[in-house]
Amino acid sequence: MANSDNNRRKFMATTLQSVGLTALGGLLWSGYTDEVKASPLVLRPPGALPEEDFLKACIKCGLCAEACVNRNSNKNSDGTQRAGTLKMAKGGDHRMIGTPFFIPTEVPCYMCDDIPCVPACPSGALDMPSLINEKKELDINLANMGLAVVHKESCVAFWGIQCDACYRACPIMDEAITLEYQKNERTGKHAFLLPIVHSDVCTGCGLCEKACITEEPAIFVLPVEQATGKAGDHYVKGWDKADQERVKDAKEIKTETERSQKEASDYLNMEVDY
Amino acid sequence: MKNMKYLLLRRVTQFLILFLYFGANAYGWHMLEGTFGTSHLFGIIPLADPYTTVQVLASGFVLGADVLLGALIITVFYMVVGGRAFCSWVCPINMVTDLANWIRRKLKLDKEEVNYRFLKRRTRYWIMVLGIIVSAVVGVAAFEVLSPITIMQRGIIFGFGAGISVIIAIFLFDLFGVRNGWCGHLCPLGAAYSLIGSKSLIRVKHNHENCTNCMDCKVVCPENQVLHMINKSSISVTDGECTNCGRCVDVCNDDALEFSIRSFAKK
Repeated sequence: MANSDNNRRKFMATTLQSVGLTALGGLLWSGYTDEVKASPLVLRPPGALPEEDFLKACIKCGLCAEACVNRNSNKNSDGTQRAGTLKMAKGGDHRMIGTPFFIPTEVPCYMCDDIPCVPACPSGALDMPSLINEKKELDINLANMGLAVVHKESCVAFWGIQCDACYRACPIMDEAITLEYQKNERTGKHAFLLPIVHSDVCTGCGLCEKACITEEPAIFVLPVEQATGKAGDHYVKGWDKADQERVKDAKEIKTETERSQKEASDYLNMEVDY
Repeated sequence: MKNMKYLLLRRVTQFLILFLYFGANAYGWHMLEGTFGTSHLFGIIPLADPYTTVQVLASGFVLGADVLLGALIITVFYMVVGGRAFCSWVCPINMVTDLANWIRRKLKLDKEEVNYRFLKRRTRYWIMVLGIIVSAVVGVAAFEVLSPITIMQRGIIFGFGAGISVIIAIFLFDLFGVRNGWCGHLCPLGAAYSLIGSKSLIRVKHNHENCTNCMDCKVVCPENQVLHMINKSSISVTDGECTNCGRCVDVCNDDALEFSIRSFAKK
C-alpha cells in the first residue's frame, strides 16, 4: 500500500515536471518566434501575401529563389550565371530565416514578363491570382513588392542638377516615375526636373534605387505598408465618385459626451475648464 | 576490418541528395529542387515535410495542393517502407551528430561518466507537440524558425551565413553534452518520423542463435533502447525510433543482425 502510494507520488511528480518544463519551453519558444517574426523592412518577391500571412504561408523551400537565379534571361553574354534577385534569409540577415527577400542596391527585381518565381511557389505564399490581369495573363506590372520613395533633400534633381537616372531606369517609364517641370527660382532661368513616384503604378522593383547616382540612394524602395499612409474613412473626395465607393461600408461613429448632447449654439457658448 | 557497407551507402545517399539539391540552385538542374520543406522530384513529383506541413496548417494557413500532396507522398513512403530512414539516410544533421558521436567514442567520454542524462528520450515528443501548439499561438511554423536541419540544408544550397553557428552548437551539444542529444532526445522531426514509420516494413532482424553478446551493436546504435532483444530472442527491431541506419548490421561480426522485411505474422 505504501509502495503504490509512493509510485503514485512519483508519477504525479514526474508528470507535473514534464508539463511544467513543456510550459517553460513553450513560453521561451513562443517569445523567440514572435521576436524573429518582427523584421519590418523586408522586400518580398512579387505577388507575396501581406507580411503576416506571408510568414505563415512560406514553407521556406527556396523554389522561388532557384527559379529566379536560373531563369533564361539571367545569363551573362558568355553563358555564365548571374546572381539572382531573390536571396534566402540566413542567420545574420536579420530577417525571418529561410524566407526569400531581395535588396535592390545589390540585385533589384528585373520584372521578368513570365515571372518565373511566382508559379514556382508550392504553398501559396506568392499569390499567383493577384498577378493575373483582365486578359487572364500573368502581368508583372500588377506586382506590389514595395514603393519607391524620394528623399528630396539628397536627390540632386531637387537641387537643380539635371539627373533623370531613376526615371530612365524605371521599367514602367513615365508612368511609375514622372518628371515634373518646375521653375528654378534660384537661377531664374533653369528648370527643375523632379522625379515623382506614383504609388498606383510603382511595383517596388528597385531598379531606380539601383540606378540612383548619389552616395546613398536618394530614391529607395520601402515595403508598401511602411511607405504609405492612410486617410481613413473621415476624408472622402467629394468630387470623385470612385473615392466614395471606398467608404460605402463605413459606419457612423457616434461619440456621446456631455457636450455633444447639447446644440452647437449651446455648447459653443459654454464655459469650459481646461 | 569492420564492415562499413551501410555506413558508406548512407553517406553516398546523403551526399547525392544534397548535391542534387545544390545543383538545382547552382546549375538549374531539375532532378530534386527546393528544400525539405517542399521539393520537386524530376520537376513534377511534389515532396513535402509532413511535420512542417502540420505546423503551417496549425498556424492557420491553408497550403497549396502541391504541398499537401507532397506531404502525403512522403508520409506514405516512410510509413510503409522506410521507417525513420529520413534521419539516417537523408538528413544532413545526421552527418554532424554521427561525427560528434564518433569522436565521443574515440575520446571515451561516456566511460568517463560525463554524459549528462538530464534529458529523456521522450522529450522529443513533447517538443513535437509543443511545436504545433506554438505554431498555432504565434502564427508561424515554429520549428522552422530554428530547425538546424533546414538551416544546414539551405546553408549547403544557398550559403550558410551565421547559420553555421547553429550547426556547431548541435555538434558541441552532442559531443560534450548529451550522447545522441539532438537526434535521439530533442529533434521533433525525428519524433514525427518515429511515429509515422513505427509500422514500416524494412526492419533490422536479430538472430539470437548467432549472437555472441559482444554488445558492439549497442555501443554504436544511436537509439540503443530499440535493441532490447539482443542475445535474448530472435525478433525484428520493431520500435519506431530505430533509424534503419544499419550501423548495428555493419559492426556485427557474427551475422546476428540483418535487414529484412517485417513479418506481421510472427509478431
